[in-house]
Amino acid sequence: MSCWILAVLVMVSLMLLAMVRLFLGPTSADRVVALDAINTLVVASMIVLAVVFRQILFVDVAIVYALLSFIGTLFIAKYLGGNL
Amino acid sequence: MILTVLIWVALAIGLSFNTLGIVGILRFPDIYTRLHADTKCTTFGTIFTSLAVVLYALRVYVQTSDGQYISLIFHTLLAVVVLAFTNATSAHAIAQAAHRRGHKPMPSVTDRLEEIRP
Amino acid sequence: MVAFVVTFGFSYALYLVLTAGSGIAPWFWSSQELLLGAIVAVVVGLAARTFFSSSRPRAGLDPRRWVRAIAYVCGPFFLELARANLDVAYRIITGRIRPGIVRVPSGMSTDLGVLFLANSITLTPGTLTVGIDEDTHDLFIHMIYVPPGLEDREAIDAREIFAMFDCPRWIRRITE
Repeated sequence: MSCWILAVLVMVSLMLLAMVRLFLGPTSADRVVALDAINTLVVASMIVLAVVFRQILFVDVAIVYALLSFIGTLFIAKYLGGNL
Repeated sequence: MILTVLIWVALAIGLSFNTLGIVGILRFPDIYTRLHADTKCTTFGTIFTSLAVVLYALRVYVQTSDGQYISLIFHTLLAVVVLAFTNATSAHAIAQAAHRRGHKPMPSVTDRLEEIRP
Repeated sequence: MVAFVVTFGFSYALYLVLTAGSGIAPWFWSSQELLLGAIVAVVVGLAARTFFSSSRPRAGLDPRRWVRAIAYVCGPFFLELARANLDVAYRIITGRIRPGIVRVPSGMSTDLGVLFLANSITLTPGTLTVGIDEDTHDLFIHMIYVPPGLEDREAIDAREIFAMFDCPRWIRRITE
């Protein structure tokens, strides 16, 4: 059981590392890339947390989070491309 | 017993690819190469951590035959499919927006898109 | 009408997968979930039928396409994905990159085929789709390592960028 919590901890520290790029990123497009990576890691750790807490609801939240973060990324990309 | 080893292996592969993806984001020189590290490595890593969850649910189902774990498997598979599809599409959107905005691929040997869309 | 049936069936199946296990012992689904799922699927089918299956809705009814699509994702696509990830991992560790954007004629006639190929290219072999020429369906692809000599050529065939399988042929058989 503890190996799942360890995996979540590793992924949270990876998110903190990705935030370095989110703050440093020379252009706004680099920041979007870091944000996209953080979103993917959030989905992965939610799926693992469903095992830790024995709640299937966490996976449903992960699916909805993936779809909503996808729409968010699309709109930021559209704004960066200059046609919004 | 074999399933336990497989769970550990899948979790280790997934976490190491996630780590490599983040290292790539920090290390690569321009936005397109960073997108490579982001889309490929974190998607692959997430597929393997989810595979570990599926194997765990399978093991518990074999032990207890609790139907809840079968639905955990299906929900996880659906989440993985959604994630792979949306990650590829949003990487494409970010790359196109960056190119429209005028980010050149910094170290590069050729740029055919530049020729038709200056 | 056919477009509505395809969209209705797809969304109802998705709803049933998500709510499986809600019924009492011999039944998979409770009657409330079945009824509510049907209502939601009718609404979704009416709202999304024009853009879910636009050109040839009858193609979505062919079960052989779905079987082929699942076989493609589990077999050739997954192996290419694994190989591509090992390649990118090697380049992350060593830092040996030679990036560039090349032009690849896709050879697909349908929009779904181009979408499938662009997503496969983005996830597989050290490549990333940057742009699409809407008229000719040509893809512009950022490669993390352009093999020496390839940058001088005007266009590169889609089969050359996949290492092990003929993925464009698989996609053409799924979508056309």
